[in-house]
Amino acid sequence: MTSTLDPATTRTPLMGQGINRIDAIAKVTGEARYSGEYPLDGMIYGWVVQAPIAKGRISDIRPATTLSMPGVLAVLDYRNAPRLSDAGDGELLLLQGDRVYYRGEAVAVVLAQSLEQARAGADALDVSYLAESHDVLFRADHPDMYTPELVNPNFPSASNVGDVDAALAAAEVVIDQVYATPAEHNNPMEPHATTAHWDGDTLLVFDSNQGASSVQMSLCRLFDLPRSAVQVKSEHVGGGFGAKGSARPPVVLASMAARLLGRPVRVTLTRQQMFAMVGYRTPTIQQVRLGSDRSGRLQALDHLAYSQTSKILEFAEQTAVLSRMMYATPNLRTAHRLLPLDVPTPRWMRAPGEAPGSFALESAMDELAQACNVDPVELRIRNEPDLEPDSGRPFSSRNLVACLREGARRFGWDDRDRRPAIRQDGRWLMGSGMASSTYPARNAPSTCQVQARSDGTFEVRITASDIGTGARTALTQIAADALQVELDRVELRIGDSDFGPAMIAGGSMGTASWSWAVVKACRDLLGQLDAHSGAVPAGGLLARADTKDDVAAQADVTRHAFGAQFVEVAVDIRTGEVRVPRMIGVFAAGHIVNARTARSQLIGGMIMGLGMALLEESLMDLRFGDYLNHDLAGYHVASNADVRSIEVSWIDEQDDQTNPSGIKGIGEIGIVGTAAAIANAVWHATGRRQRTLPIRPDRVIS
Amino acid sequence: MTRSSLSSSFTVTVNGEPQLLDLDNRTTLLDALREHLDLTGAKKGCDHGQCGACTVLLDGRRVNSCLVLAVAAQGRSVTTIEGLGTADRLHPVQQAFIDHDGLQCGYCTPGQICSAVSALDEVDRGWPSAATADVGAEKITLDDSEIRERMSGNLCRCGAYVNILAAINAVAQ
Ligand code: FES
Ligand code: FES
Repeated sequence: MTSTLDPATTRTPLMGQGINRIDAIAKVTGEARYSGEYPLDGMIYGWVVQAPIAKGRISDIRPATTLSMPGVLAVLDYRNAPRLSDAGDGELLLLQGDRVYYRGEAVAVVLAQSLEQARAGADALDVSYLAESHDVLFRADHPDMYTPELVNPNFPSASNVGDVDAALAAAEVVIDQVYATPAEHNNPMEPHATTAHWDGDTLLVFDSNQGASSVQMSLCRLFDLPRSAVQVKSEHVGGGFGAKGSARPPVVLASMAARLLGRPVRVTLTRQQMFAMVGYRTPTIQQVRLGSDRSGRLQALDHLAYSQTSKILEFAEQTAVLSRMMYATPNLRTAHRLLPLDVPTPRWMRAPGEAPGSFALESAMDELAQACNVDPVELRIRNEPDLEPDSGRPFSSRNLVACLREGARRFGWDDRDRRPAIRQDGRWLMGSGMASSTYPARNAPSTCQVQARSDGTFEVRITASDIGTGARTALTQIAADALQVELDRVELRIGDSDFGPAMIAGGSMGTASWSWAVVKACRDLLGQLDAHSGAVPAGGLLARADTKDDVAAQADVTRHAFGAQFVEVAVDIRTGEVRVPRMIGVFAAGHIVNARTARSQLIGGMIMGLGMALLEESLMDLRFGDYLNHDLAGYHVASNADVRSIEVSWIDEQDDQTNPSGIKGIGEIGIVGTAAAIANAVWHATGRRQRTLPIRPDRVIS
Repeated sequence: MTRSSLSSSFTVTVNGEPQLLDLDNRTTLLDALREHLDLTGAKKGCDHGQCGACTVLLDGRRVNSCLVLAVAAQGRSVTTIEGLGTADRLHPVQQAFIDHDGLQCGYCTPGQICSAVSALDEVDRGWPSAATADVGAEKITLDDSEIRERMSGNLCRCGAYVNILAAINAVAQ
């Protein structure tokens, strides 16, 4: 028996410290294994065959040629695939019939002894189709556009306070503009990969996802298995940004193929396949109408958003929802319309709703500032609400104004000349712009187990996922603080559904939700240790926590993180190229657990926002009905040379109403507002408004 | 030495050890490392030479190993991230990536590190880049724009670029 607690030590809390990533050594040495990297004995490679039509049905599959090729063992298609039960996601009911719902949908998996053989077999697979005419063009005036009942995750699709039309008619200043954002693809660097293995009726998968227990649940429902029969492991995940937020086709295909063959099967998507099979950000068209008095005080805000979904799953992006909480106005209306097309289902991509929605709202606010001749920072401060404008509920904390002031100070905003298109440096027109950021700070139930071992160390087990966020490190710090021990006495294990149900790494809710369960279990364990006078019995001690009731009992307040972003741009007047020499982000997001990983994550969000502003755009090929630029040569994400100086900081924020650690998530807020700040800066540089993303050179000079 | 029209056996030196391989001729160097030698440090982000995740050193120079057929590496010497340094003997660039948090999900990281090691060597040799002001100069001044330019073949979707730049600057000092 070892004494575990040493009450004499006064330790400095680890919370807030910039501790090195716990998995950094494993990642810089190549030791960290990702899901497609577990070699299992007798493993077979699966290669996905995709439909070349956007709508229709399979008329015949003739696998003979493929089956005669060296190394090919089987072809999995709808005729021999295991039957699946509906898990509430039409995208996962794969190979269950002859219908094709979108181009790029999986129609078969060729199974062979090597990757090369599987790929060659897939290329040779003879499938014929009866194509029907498809409808893939997203437009606001489409007759099938409808009003969904709810938008994600479960907001009413419309809201209305006061009389917006009357207020707009009476307003001294009115802005009425339409903004458009394109489809974008998440493109985590690690393609989706699953290695699946059945042992009798028990399924083990190594899968690249943002939440092993969510994927476990989907597999249980699809294959009608109890939780005890399915284990999902995802120790290291190479990014997700929403694309791995729930079970996606590879885990289902690999599990079916492994069932068929009775051998372990690995299915890894190619980069090209990812553009059809794992989701993307919906394109949006948004009409924003603002009415104000001459000083810029809002009298009305009207935000109407159009987006698309597929015909197999209703996915209703919450594009206009941020307008319900952002600025004070007596008359406030938001609405959403949705268009089902013969396309793959859009899914979450970093800050779904807020990222495209903020482009429209924050651009419109800049236009209003221009129309009223008010400084854009001051305009936002003038419209700062005391309560959430739409619901009248209080905010748990709201430090937007502090972020605006601090950002302006750091940027040197106060000396700015508001006039557009007057700063030229050689061939460059210079400008600056800003926008506000926000993202909800929610919690979801999670479970956790903490074990005190007899050697004085602790093992924390939680089905958390570290997709690059630093959650593994942050949670270890939180556990060590809760247990009042040094970091090296805590071993945190994550990414294994056997550890019990937990929230996914998504919605900026991962670390916040998990931390609550970790703290609760650690406190319980400390209580048990006290009862043992601080000594761990030979068999160890175990505490379990479930935060279901705690989360349900949270007060009815509005919880959001806030931020302000300031950018400087240089626009080449001859080519239309936009460069962004300097970006500054200031955030108010509760307690920052790890200063080092938080800074990296916020910068990463702003860089994705830079890509959204200037580069990212998935182009629909109307003839074939698929995204045309489906690789990293055609779909441009920001590269090292696109990024110059980026500084982030945060203000101290104490919020006792989020969770016991006072955490608000930071995974998404970094991308919210970036595109608007850049578009506003391009206006300041050139005098031309950019209401359509991305801000391509042709759009700048046209 | 050709064994049949479909496969070949040949030797490649990997991280200092000669490896006798018997592979399908279609196998890329990247797949040879990952699937046949269990060296999964080199990552596959695109398989088309568009992301840099698969970067390794071939006879000391960086290559996208997804674009090299394994047979074409016959008789040559490959260094992967596993050969660059290990947990107890980290390469200075690996250490700098840790110190400056030049990684998030870590998937692009081995490629970034191999690329950085080679880029620094290219600068030492006086090879210019698109960012070099005077391509005739004997010595390259390694400034931020040189590093960014030379590292732009390695995409990082997590956006660790600011820290990658800091890490490489720290090694170059
Ligand atoms: S995997 Fe080789 S460059 Fe992307
Ligand atoms: S660290 Fe995730 S892609 Fe670079």
